[in-house]
Amino acid sequence: MELVTFFETLWLARIPIIKGIGVTVSISVLAILVGTILGIGVGLALTYGNRPLRWLVRGYTDFIRGTPVLVLVLASYYVLGTVGIDLGPFQAGVLALAVFCSSHVGEIVRGALQSIPKGQTEAAKAIGLTFPQTFAYVLGPQALRQVLPAWVNTAAEMVKASTLLSIIGVAELLLRTQELISRTFMSLEFYFFAGFLYFVINYGIERFGRYVERKTSIPS
Amino acid sequence: MTGNLLEIRDLHKRYGEVEVLKGVDCTMAQGDVISIIGSSGSGKTTMLRCINMLEEFQGGSIRIDGEEIGYDTAGGTRRRKKEKEIARQRAMTGMAFQQFNLFPHMSAAENVMLGLVKVKKMARDEARIVAEKWLDRVGLAERRDRFPSQLSGGQQQRVAIARAIAMNPKLMLFDEVTSALDPELVNEVLQVIKDLARDGMSMLLVTHEMRFAYEVSSRVIFMNQGRIGEEGNPREMFLKPQTERLAEFLKTSTFN
Repeated sequence: MELVTFFETLWLARIPIIKGIGVTVSISVLAILVGTILGIGVGLALTYGNRPLRWLVRGYTDFIRGTPVLVLVLASYYVLGTVGIDLGPFQAGVLALAVFCSSHVGEIVRGALQSIPKGQTEAAKAIGLTFPQTFAYVLGPQALRQVLPAWVNTAAEMVKASTLLSIIGVAELLLRTQELISRTFMSLEFYFFAGFLYFVINYGIERFGRYVERKTSIPS
Repeated sequence: MTGNLLEIRDLHKRYGEVEVLKGVDCTMAQGDVISIIGSSGSGKTTMLRCINMLEEFQGGSIRIDGEEIGYDTAGGTRRRKKEKEIARQRAMTGMAFQQFNLFPHMSAAENVMLGLVKVKKMARDEARIVAEKWLDRVGLAERRDRFPSQLSGGQQQRVAIARAIAMNPKLMLFDEVTSALDPELVNEVLQVIKDLARDGMSMLLVTHEMRFAYEVSSRVIFMNQGRIGEEGNPREMFLKPQTERLAEFLKTSTFN
């Protein structure tokens, strides 16, 4: 019975698969975290930076967003080494994804901040708030609510993009799956299974996003 | 010190090539209620916004209680004050806007409390008491936990006025606060302003409500093309305009 064989094989391969999931999750979490922190900086620079800074950061985001993620991953692993920055495949991969993530988050943050009416800043100024206070209590909380749906989307994209790290030999879920398939030749079953796991991770992210959205929504 | 609450001297403001304020002089004493009228583009809102540095200005000076606002001009050089200093000076005045500009993610009470807690460094409990007192004053005590989206335009504007007044400003600036309101909501807001005037609050109002300006003001300023075209007490101004321009303007305004 084929289904029985599949589950037997799956059981035998459980350790590498769980490790693969662990690596995929670590890559994604690190890339999203670092990418989001960088991205907020990018968004702030694009919105409030002076002209030279804006141009510089605009150049950065346009360049990164116009480059395939796979190229970024390969460049990070192979090119950085030639200029003396020697990163392991895991670090290089996370760096590439984080940079990619930051350019997207930066645009999302910029869009959210710019969509807040100017009157909000003026009202905050009029009661004597400084700019950092205005950002912390007035603009930031409003931007956060706007950013959330697009940010969840980007986070899910990062999980999917983590599969590209299999190319440079990071033993994440896809690479583990491929190793398993090359031993068992059960490609249909295990690709399907891997797909299912990615879906579960992203579904979890989406539910989490919805939850936060609901929690922070403004009553009307 | 001259004893004036507000002293504007030769105020000039340009947007690029366009000069919108061409030398405005104005003084007001404690407790004065001054309405600024004039056609759109005459510079009345801009003048108001210069007083709390929402607009930069290129020439002249503004003093509140003798303190120079926005710039240091001592010794012949003109330097913009530090951002923190300007923020402190902005808190000397309160402002209500045409579009209310309440913070949509905060309840009415939190809107009023924000400045008290963050600028006046009041404890939250204390700030809540002050906020509730002022919300009560504008007739919204029972709506204090509503969010702006749950309030009518008139109610939002009253919260916005409470938010400004609670900061205990020396001077209130009202920028066409009823222009965005449905006609039936105008009166509740005007009533709040009248009450504040009666209590001796010093205020400068940019308004299109001529009857209101007539009733509430101790003085009216007519702005015309970036200058003060005429000023005086409301009775003289509205009944016996001295300039052609003002007569013209009053003819085209509805007086209700």
